[in-house]
Amino acid sequence: MTMGPMGAMRGALAPPRSSQDVRRTARRLVQLLRPDRWRLWGALALGVTSVAFMVSGPQILGNATNVLFDGLVAKRLPAGTTQRQAEQFLRAHGHQQLASMIAGMHLTPGVGVNIDQMGRVLGAAALVYLVGATFSYLQGYTMAGVTQRVMSQMRRDVETKLSRLPLRYFDSHPHGDVLSRVTNDIDNLTTTIQQGLSQLLTSALTVIGVLAMMLWISPLLAVVAVITIPLAFVVTVLIARRSQVQFAAQWNRTGTLNGLVEETHSGHELVQVFGRRDATVSEFTRQNRRLYESSFRAQFLSGIVQPSVQFISNLNYVVIAVVGGYRVASGLLSLGAVTAFIQYSRQFTMPITQIAGQMNMLQSGLASAERVFEFLDAPDERADRADSDARTGVDGTGGARVTFEHVTFRYEADEPLIDDVNLDVLPGQTIAIVGPTGAGKTTLVNLLVRFYEIDSGHLRLNGVDYRDLTRDEVRRCFAMVLQDTWVFAGSIRDNIAYARPEATDDEVIAAAIAAHVDNFVRTLPAGYETQLDEDASNLSSGQRQLLTIARAFLADQSVLILDEATSNVDTRTEVLIQEAMARLRQGRTSFVIAHRLSTIRHADTILVMDHGRIVEQGDHEALMARRGLYFDLYNSQFAGAET
Amino acid sequence: MLTRLVLRHLRPYRRPVALLVVLLMAQTVGNLYLPNLNADIINGGVVAGNLHYILRTGVWMLLLTLAVGAFAVVAVFFASRVSMAAGADMRGAIFTRVQSFAARDVNAFGTASLITRNTNDVQQIQIFLQMALTVMVIAPIMSVGGIIMALHEGARLSVLLLVTVPVMAIFIGAVMIRVIPQFRSMQLKIDRINQVLREQITGVRVIRAFVRTRYEADRFEVANASLTTTALRVNRVFALAMPAMMTILNLSSVAVIWFGGRFVSEGSMPIGNLTAFLTYILQILLSVMMAVMVAILVPRAAASAERIEAVLDTTPAVADPSTPVTPSAPSGLVQLRDVVFAYPGSERPVLENLTVDFEPGATSAIIGGTGSGKTTLVNLIPRFFDATSGAVVVNGVDVRDQALEPLWAEIGLVPQTAYLFSGTVESNLRFGRPEATDAELWRALEVAQARDFVATMPGGLDAPIDQGGTNVSGGQRQRLAIARALVKRPRIYLFDDCFSALDAATDARLRAALIDETADATVVIVAQRVSTVMHADRIVVLDDGRIVGVGTHHHLLADCEPYREIVISQLGAAAAT
Repeated sequence: MTMGPMGAMRGALAPPRSSQDVRRTARRLVQLLRPDRWRLWGALALGVTSVAFMVSGPQILGNATNVLFDGLVAKRLPAGTTQRQAEQFLRAHGHQQLASMIAGMHLTPGVGVNIDQMGRVLGAAALVYLVGATFSYLQGYTMAGVTQRVMSQMRRDVETKLSRLPLRYFDSHPHGDVLSRVTNDIDNLTTTIQQGLSQLLTSALTVIGVLAMMLWISPLLAVVAVITIPLAFVVTVLIARRSQVQFAAQWNRTGTLNGLVEETHSGHELVQVFGRRDATVSEFTRQNRRLYESSFRAQFLSGIVQPSVQFISNLNYVVIAVVGGYRVASGLLSLGAVTAFIQYSRQFTMPITQIAGQMNMLQSGLASAERVFEFLDAPDERADRADSDARTGVDGTGGARVTFEHVTFRYEADEPLIDDVNLDVLPGQTIAIVGPTGAGKTTLVNLLVRFYEIDSGHLRLNGVDYRDLTRDEVRRCFAMVLQDTWVFAGSIRDNIAYARPEATDDEVIAAAIAAHVDNFVRTLPAGYETQLDEDASNLSSGQRQLLTIARAFLADQSVLILDEATSNVDTRTEVLIQEAMARLRQGRTSFVIAHRLSTIRHADTILVMDHGRIVEQGDHEALMARRGLYFDLYNSQFAGAET
Repeated sequence: MLTRLVLRHLRPYRRPVALLVVLLMAQTVGNLYLPNLNADIINGGVVAGNLHYILRTGVWMLLLTLAVGAFAVVAVFFASRVSMAAGADMRGAIFTRVQSFAARDVNAFGTASLITRNTNDVQQIQIFLQMALTVMVIAPIMSVGGIIMALHEGARLSVLLLVTVPVMAIFIGAVMIRVIPQFRSMQLKIDRINQVLREQITGVRVIRAFVRTRYEADRFEVANASLTTTALRVNRVFALAMPAMMTILNLSSVAVIWFGGRFVSEGSMPIGNLTAFLTYILQILLSVMMAVMVAILVPRAAASAERIEAVLDTTPAVADPSTPVTPSAPSGLVQLRDVVFAYPGSERPVLENLTVDFEPGATSAIIGGTGSGKTTLVNLIPRFFDATSGAVVVNGVDVRDQALEPLWAEIGLVPQTAYLFSGTVESNLRFGRPEATDAELWRALEVAQARDFVATMPGGLDAPIDQGGTNVSGGQRQRLAIARALVKRPRIYLFDDCFSALDAATDARLRAALIDETADATVVIVAQRVSTVMHADRIVVLDDGRIVGVGTHHHLLADCEPYREIVISQLGAAAAT
């Protein structure tokens, strides 16, 4: 019935945080619930009503027991006497105990159990239970609506945030971490809110309601019960604190083991060929053993919470049975009250263990919420100009003119990545960019598609300043093949048609043939319908590059950007692709980055970059004649061939 | 699936499990006996006004409570031990099995999936086991014991159980049937959302470059709306389930007092028994509920069990033959005889009718376009794959007739993507031959042109290496991977396009040094750069899975058109004359 090991396991993920942070995060979560505040108040009202009805049930049932017991005792007393007379009669005959018990009852001696009255009382009890359950259902129904709306909204916020974050954010935050925030943390938070919020509310209300009923029935017995509550809590907390340590160890060791498994499987073939199978298995066994030890301790410690609380609950039961029995026998309490009390005390421990479990869960949920909020609070990309009415006059068929005027861009304040670049590219020209690693080649084309905003100077597309255009307007003029070859889970066809999902099969195949994708696609079992997984492990890196080239071919925009697009493709295929590209480039402007200089020999203009600056500029012959950086780069390529 | 897996892994723990069952039984019996004692307090103490009797029974109850508590703690001890140990065994079994997998088997599952199976899925089973070994044992004993005790307290009243228990069971069953499929579909929808988000993160540049943000947002919205609808439905069913079950419980209590009250007033049942009966019926119904709560874990655990069994049931595509043949005179000779390789179900084979020898003491190079089958060819030699037809013969014996470990001992592999293991430079170099001396390590580093940079790394040979080798540059990684193969001193070297991240000068120096180092060995080099292969003793030109030329650089230039094209594309027309 309790959250048990799962709740505790989840709780163990929560890193320790300052209470101030917790409070701030909790406040934001509450903020998130604001639009639903009326529904939440409604749910609270429904919950209070439901608990009020539910907790009065045992009391009414107790009354039924009283009617029964009264009748039973009364029947044994001589008829026609009064209760007072019967009491005195018993005392006179030495039944002191019975006499005092009767003193506390309402009975008519000689008359048996009043079945009608019992029926009425039981009818009332049944009604109270039914009404209570109905309210409880309505509360649960309302809460389900609220939590799902909130979580759906939260997921949407996260997704929208992803599209508004500047690329710098993705550069400076590991993908794995961002991913974990938007998936694992959101999942965890959903579970917490879904299960925790509603249950916590009910549990807390039940504890309060039961406590109130107990106090009402018998303050003395209530004191007994009240002592056991903190006891149960303290025991739970003490054990939880210890198991928390073990859970932390368990998660760390799971991480270590995970790392070992990942590493071994990633280097599977090497492990085999280098004869390391036995060594790896024994290392795994060692780590596995360590994990077992901590997970056993964690499970055991968290597992004894339930029996411990059960023990305290039983203790409570015994004390109530004994003390209650004494009180009834002494006429200070009715039997029905004791029966009701026993039921209450049973109802009491359950919500307490639940609250303990939910507290753990809530802790971990808050930790996740904090990470999600941190993500949502990251600064947005600068907004596009809302009143953008400038037009580029680019219609997708002709080339475009691209102008750089004193463009400077830096990541860190003191080291410019692009330093005062001036360039005017006319429609239809092919520009090649070469230079050593870190010269700023990729950064330059990233500025072109406005992945980053320039710090100073002007970038113009057909004479219109980028700042007067929206990002989408700029990007619609470009087709780009990036260094990293992103494919998504879907068919090969869908991946090629990503930029133009409406393309016909013929167009897709034409692009595939031009990019030399068609050949290998046909060796795959399902051809173009072959499903790729996210890391496209069924394609080689060269094949993935060809696929992304086909994607850009199909996109067919005015400006084509190829950033090391063929680095993993063999040179002969590269030449063939270049021929296809040359056809495609007719009338289009293109930018080509390549480290194989043979690739770009025929470009109209070759830019040689170094340290963020354009150091040389011209066609192949002119640059060779200069005997500068280009000349050196070009010759070093063939150094190996001439030895 | 679940039962099979669980039973198999519980077998070594038969004794603790038996002990556990006994303990849980004792605990349950104790718990069941408590209300009975309470009935005694009412009947023999309260009704008779015997305070001494109340106290004495109270002491009994106290002792029983202590015993029950002790049993419970010991039971949890064994339950935790058995469930965690069985889980650890499962992890061990999965890992060991995967170690015997062929590359193709590992790819079929995917590394990520294998990790999930080894940790998350086993965890699911552990959670299930832990619950099963406590609640699932207690619940039936509690129900049966409760029924016996209820019969004992009032046989006629127990007829009520014939109504309430089936009502409870049917209701819960109905809820489960509705909820479980939706639960499953909810999990799928969560996975889908996570996939969309993951793609948005990894593909952020492409998405923005192609202006597909809106499209992605729509894709997400569809997944999100679908998840919300399902989650809402599931949670509303749950919102109904709890109050409904409580109502069944509570109305049962009302019915007990209504019918029991009549029996009591007729004198056919003592009133104390009524209170006890009330507790029993609650316990019976609660244990039914508990069992159901655990049953909710079953589908999830069953799915995990299926995924674990899939790994354990996979017969490695490549395995030791039943009677391995040991080559009599190992020389390092590698022969391909009419080798065809095709992926199952594909339109065209990757390799077609290859026949070629790679001889000891010679350097053979393989060159060809992307997807021409170069890596596939190399992978056939250590049996990462088996040929569809034809034979790969190493040291005069078909590789399929040799035991794997001794075959692998012959081979030094440098794969296309240089992969280093976390540890130190030294631990990586000694990977294939732990007993190698430091001098040998430095010698290998020198040949691999890695001596200089290793010497300047903080700690030298002890310099730390991250998983995958991500803390060194691509070129350094490749050179360390080459050194690692050299330290092993095998008869056969396979260099799979592993010079690509080296600049031309380093490439040339390295190949020159290699010639001395590998003088007697069989060397197979796969490359895309002509400069890397042109000095090889023999060049094999692959095109679309076929050998289109074998010979020296000059020989091929003269009469192999595809080779000429490659040379021209890289070195210009002048080099081809």
